[in-house]
Amino acid sequence: MNSDNRTLPSQDGSFRLTPLEMAGQRRRRDWFAKTIEDITGTLESTVFAEEIAHLPGIWQGVDPRAKVVAAIALILAASLGRTIPTLIALYTLALVIAVAGHIPLDFFVKRVWLFLPFFTGIIALPAIFSIVTPGRALLVIVQQPYLAVTEQGVRTALLLLLRVATSVSFAVILILTTRWASLVGGLRALRVPQAFVLILGMTYRYIFLLLHTANDMFLARKSRVVGRIKGAEERLWIGNSIGVLLGKSYHLSDQVYLAMVSRGFRGEAKALQPLRMQPMDWLWMAVGLLIPIIVLTLGG
Amino acid sequence: MNIVFKADHLSFSYGPGQLALEDVSLEIPQGRKVALLGANGSGKSTLLKLLDALYLPTAGSLIAFDVPLTQALLEDEAFAFAFRRRVGLVFQDPEVQLFSPTVWDDIVFGPLHLGLPAVEVRERAAEVMTLLGIEKLADRVPHRLSGGEKKKVALASVLAIHPEVLLLDEPTASLDPRSQASLIDFLYTLNSEQNVTLVTATHDLAIVSEMADWVYVFAEDHHLIAQGTPAQILGDHDLLLSANLIHAHAHRHLSRLQTDGTHAHEHLGVHEHERS
Repeated sequence: MNSDNRTLPSQDGSFRLTPLEMAGQRRRRDWFAKTIEDITGTLESTVFAEEIAHLPGIWQGVDPRAKVVAAIALILAASLGRTIPTLIALYTLALVIAVAGHIPLDFFVKRVWLFLPFFTGIIALPAIFSIVTPGRALLVIVQQPYLAVTEQGVRTALLLLLRVATSVSFAVILILTTRWASLVGGLRALRVPQAFVLILGMTYRYIFLLLHTANDMFLARKSRVVGRIKGAEERLWIGNSIGVLLGKSYHLSDQVYLAMVSRGFRGEAKALQPLRMQPMDWLWMAVGLLIPIIVLTLGG
Repeated sequence: MNIVFKADHLSFSYGPGQLALEDVSLEIPQGRKVALLGANGSGKSTLLKLLDALYLPTAGSLIAFDVPLTQALLEDEAFAFAFRRRVGLVFQDPEVQLFSPTVWDDIVFGPLHLGLPAVEVRERAAEVMTLLGIEKLADRVPHRLSGGEKKKVALASVLAIHPEVLLLDEPTASLDPRSQASLIDFLYTLNSEQNVTLVTATHDLAIVSEMADWVYVFAEDHHLIAQGTPAQILGDHDLLLSANLIHAHAHRHLSRLQTDGTHAHEHLGVHEHERS
């Protein structure tokens, strides 16, 4: 049997491209299908896989309630930090916790810093110029009208970037080292409204299913289409697919609701009280809570 | 014998022009195994949802445990809880039924929402997981399970309620032969040893003899057209043909090529053909 299922052997035994594959080579890849495929892949490998959450790290063993409280406290500490050394210290702490939690450092750093320029970077960029933040010029760009990169501006932008990077890092550590079910349980224990926790849990559960359905729809179309599709036709098909998916999700939500009612749901979500926290969990929580207090005491 | 459900000239429609069941009268006695047999779209699944009081008849009546089901009655919390503790529905698609973050959460959902004490909820979850051999799945996320595992967990989530009546919608659909056999054996034991009433909606003739001692047949026009023992129903080829449960299909016989008259393939379903 041919191990490479993309090619078929010709009569002389050599491998040649199939007509479908040749057509595929000429076509540029369907960007919308690729986007959905990539979203599914990324979610599956990072959020749904929970591989890191199952590793025997220090952070993984902590009770989710303590972890949620500690993470919120650390994010608060990052928001309170007003100097670059404080934020660098907090970011270093995040890196230490990540290493202790067996999170691959390059993956962790890339995950935070790759997206940062697109979101925070765009917001922070104008702050470096003299028209937004006047101050000592580091680099004069234009003399008339005067435009320069200022020291105060760079410091402001750097503060913002560091603050966001540190906050995101603590949030990423929490998500990567905690199983989703435990995280939901932690929120529940912290008296977050049950209806909110239930909806959050179900969103996570069904977003995966609906993404797979969307992927299957694209694959089903791909298997029946040869050659290039016009832009208008493509947009029409995407619009129709979104409609079909909405219909499917509506039907699914109706059936899920019936399944809940069938097992006693009457509009009020209930949950079992989680088990008691251990002394170590209290310690982690206390340490987490102590850090914003230290930051405040030191004046940010 | 006690009658668990009694439908009297029951009809149900999802809306104008969307008739699902028309003029259905039937009885389901306690402790029996009943099959609702019909082609796709004949109204079997809708009937299960009516029996589970998820829908109410648009015409006619449905009596459950000697009480006519009405909207007012179902809004009464005491009645609703008592009813839901006695009747459990296993949906055809486990994706619909497994909506919680983990298998364990899904199994405890029923007992918890029916107001059982926390200790008993935990005991029941452990009990059904042992019964179905799914203890190792407790912490798993439902979407990562295989088809067979999902079916087992869906069943466990209903069994944890300890229902007297178990409504099953196409329980063996999309299961491999071994999983099918083990599920049928399990349900058979549940009925024979614990006297759980089984009502199974199916179009799979191969499981009817094992899953039922009484069969109701639904036509594609949403009417109940026959009832009887599995032997009587499965022996009536004209009935099965008219209900679109079998079809006379063309197939090749090796007997044209071989002298021993063997078939080109085995037939597991019911069919008609002339020996050539």
